[in-house]
Amino acid sequence: MTAMTASLPPQTRWWQSRVVRRFTRNWLALLGLAMITLLTLACIFGPALLPYDSLYVDLRARFSAPLTGDHYLGTDPLGRDIAARLLMAGRISLMVGFFAMLLATLLGTLVGVIAGYSGGWVNAVLMRTVDGFLSFPTIFLLLALAVALQPTPVMITLIIALTGWMEVARIVEAEVRSLKEREFVMAGRMLGLSRTHIMFREILPNAMGPIIVAATLTVARAILLEAYVSFLGFGIQPPLPSWGNMLNGAQQYLGTAPWLAIIPGAAITIAVTSFNFIGDGLRDALDVRNDTL
Amino acid sequence: MMTRPVIVPPATPAPETGAEIALSVRGLTIALPKSMERRFAVEDVSFDLRRGQILCVVGESGSGKSVTANTLLGLLPRAMKTTAGSITLEGREVIGMGAEDLRDLRGRVVSMIFQDPLSALNPLMTVGAQVDEAMAAHGIGTPDTRRTSTIALLQEVGLPDPALMYHQYPFRLSGGQRQRVMIAMALALEPTILIADEPTTALDVTTQAQILTLIRDIQRRKGMSVMFITHDFGVVAEIADSVVVMEKGHVVEEGPADRVLRAPRHEYTQRLIAAVPHLRGDDRPKPAGAEEPPVLEVRNLVKTYASGSALLRTRRVVPAVQDVSFRLARGSTLGIVGESGSGKSSLGRLLVRLMEADSGQILFEGEDIAPLPEPKFRSFRQKIQMIFQDPFASLNPRMTVGTILTVGPMAYGVKASDARAQAHEMLQLVGLDRGAFGRYPHEFSGGQRQRIGIARALMFRPRLLVADEAVSALDVSIQAQILELLERIQRETGVSMVFITHDLRVASQICDEIAVMHKGRIVEHGPPSQIFMSPRSDYTRELVAAIPGEDFQRGAAAVALT
Repeated sequence: MTAMTASLPPQTRWWQSRVVRRFTRNWLALLGLAMITLLTLACIFGPALLPYDSLYVDLRARFSAPLTGDHYLGTDPLGRDIAARLLMAGRISLMVGFFAMLLATLLGTLVGVIAGYSGGWVNAVLMRTVDGFLSFPTIFLLLALAVALQPTPVMITLIIALTGWMEVARIVEAEVRSLKEREFVMAGRMLGLSRTHIMFREILPNAMGPIIVAATLTVARAILLEAYVSFLGFGIQPPLPSWGNMLNGAQQYLGTAPWLAIIPGAAITIAVTSFNFIGDGLRDALDVRNDTL
Repeated sequence: MMTRPVIVPPATPAPETGAEIALSVRGLTIALPKSMERRFAVEDVSFDLRRGQILCVVGESGSGKSVTANTLLGLLPRAMKTTAGSITLEGREVIGMGAEDLRDLRGRVVSMIFQDPLSALNPLMTVGAQVDEAMAAHGIGTPDTRRTSTIALLQEVGLPDPALMYHQYPFRLSGGQRQRVMIAMALALEPTILIADEPTTALDVTTQAQILTLIRDIQRRKGMSVMFITHDFGVVAEIADSVVVMEKGHVVEEGPADRVLRAPRHEYTQRLIAAVPHLRGDDRPKPAGAEEPPVLEVRNLVKTYASGSALLRTRRVVPAVQDVSFRLARGSTLGIVGESGSGKSSLGRLLVRLMEADSGQILFEGEDIAPLPEPKFRSFRQKIQMIFQDPFASLNPRMTVGTILTVGPMAYGVKASDARAQAHEMLQLVGLDRGAFGRYPHEFSGGQRQRIGIARALMFRPRLLVADEAVSALDVSIQAQILELLERIQRETGVSMVFITHDLRVASQICDEIAVMHKGRIVEHGPPSQIFMSPRSDYTRELVAAIPGEDFQRGAAAVALT
């Protein structure tokens, strides 16, 4: 009887785990991760390192093209440094994306766990609410709300989160519904654990995989939505820069100064595709069914 | 009946020539991916399947028996590679054969029956269409002739009303009927070799007996060669002509069934055969608490499942537990045996209040707990605990063993340090090392996990343990250890047990009394001596007769007694 206890395998560290191994084998996901890390670091530290402030108006160098003169990425119609504006805008856009994701994921998870675990009429009410939210055209809702409310970054974040939590809720609800039939949940009930304990401490950690994947994809979606609304002029208001309203300002100079549109557009594309790559990589890495070691 | 096989000496160097051998495996070695605990799934495995015989490949989980079978059909998972050896099927070398040739071989020369007939059948195709498809895929016959031969096959495997069965979907069939369909599919192309990978493991004991007889009959009628993979020596005794025993990827013993069963030479085989639960007909000594008032008394318990809607007239009512009554003395074990659908698991769930009874009483130490609302019942939870069937599903994979053990007591306000101390004590009681405390469940084997599950149930020092198929998912040698552990725990703590199982042999090992359930009712109740030696109800008699390898067991038991 004691002989068997000696044969415990060596403990594996988290970086040796299968998930990490499989994620790091996906080079697109790694590229995405690297790009996002670079972009984030640049947005945090970049503005302090650049020679010009994002609001400084250099009237003599209006419309200067990228890599001419001492403005690395050129200037806009008012002579403001685009590199500085791009990174300041990145702060806003990434923050909006991140916090919108955080709020959407929290709300979606909460609703999903409660609906999935409770079942019955609680499930019916919550999930039909989800369906109700899903039936609104997102862009229309976003624009209507942005027109009616003061479009500060905080408000834009809230509005985007409000249109993005349903997907998470659905994923979590399905996951929890299948998890609650597992024997360890029954064992928890046998031990007399409270419902909240079972829902959030026993079941939730087991649903983290799909939640993380959904969250990553939600960031991408939130960044895109913010850019969309700001581009239409109802989002982040100038002079506060965001990638979306930089695009807005570039419209009328598309023929004469195309870099005004290309540079923020590229930033959006890089951020969104990177998050999508990470999301796809995580989904493949966390998916146990796809078991090719 | 064909002649008994000649003894094939272990490690035959050169393959025998001629038409005698249907399948020959020589020096087969299959590498595992680097990250696995051992380097080879199977190493230097050699054996012969003689024409017109049944060869049983026996071993516990991880012995490499299924890997070997899959290699024969070229169905290895991509991560595994055959590194050495040869497989000759009817004179043709399989290793290194192209995908097209292999496909041609499958079904026509060799075909396979799987363990789980539900997941091996396509739920969206009728039974007839699936059998038909096997023939159509190899371009045999016209739709009309195929239809005729499909119906003939369904008849051959003993399905009732084959013409009607042709149009049924798998979900309408019972487990045994599905396995018959699988066999019909495997026979569709008249293969000369049939590989059966644990074909009866998922079935009830009476169904298992029928399927074994069917395979035996068909094999004799058609003169097929059968390679039968199993972990159960009872099944081996029923069906095998010769036996190959595998352990950790090696063949440790081979020979004719009679010889291996009666006089196993290798130590591992001896251990395996000794671990097979014998049907014990004797009663255990009466526990000390027999004269006291019972710990648990159940009176007229009823539970019915209803589905569908009364309004739409789709309502279906399934009586799960009907009018069940019994008493359980302090420190004793009541076995509840029955086949799937007998209501034994529902009864277990009712006893621990994971489910509400429709009517009836559950008197625990004299108090009726059946009508108590959950908050009031909560104080009883500590005294009534459960051990679950699946050691892989019953432990939360995201929690350390320490958390799993202490979370319950701490929810009742036990101090963290006390709970920890008790967890260490319980780990020791169930035979696990202190180091287990900080580990995660996936780091343990099935048997070790089941010990953790038992430790969790014991954390509250319960008066009543309900064990629902607690050893069914384990290998026989582990099974024996866990039964021993439960017995020791009962001796040391005086806990009473309700032991639910489908396996009569296991029940006979551990129970003071046994209740046999059938269709929600207890059809017979009594001590093991009565149930196994002189059963009174027809159903019990049928169950006992269906236990595989009964004669061999009786023989072994007789030997053990002298």
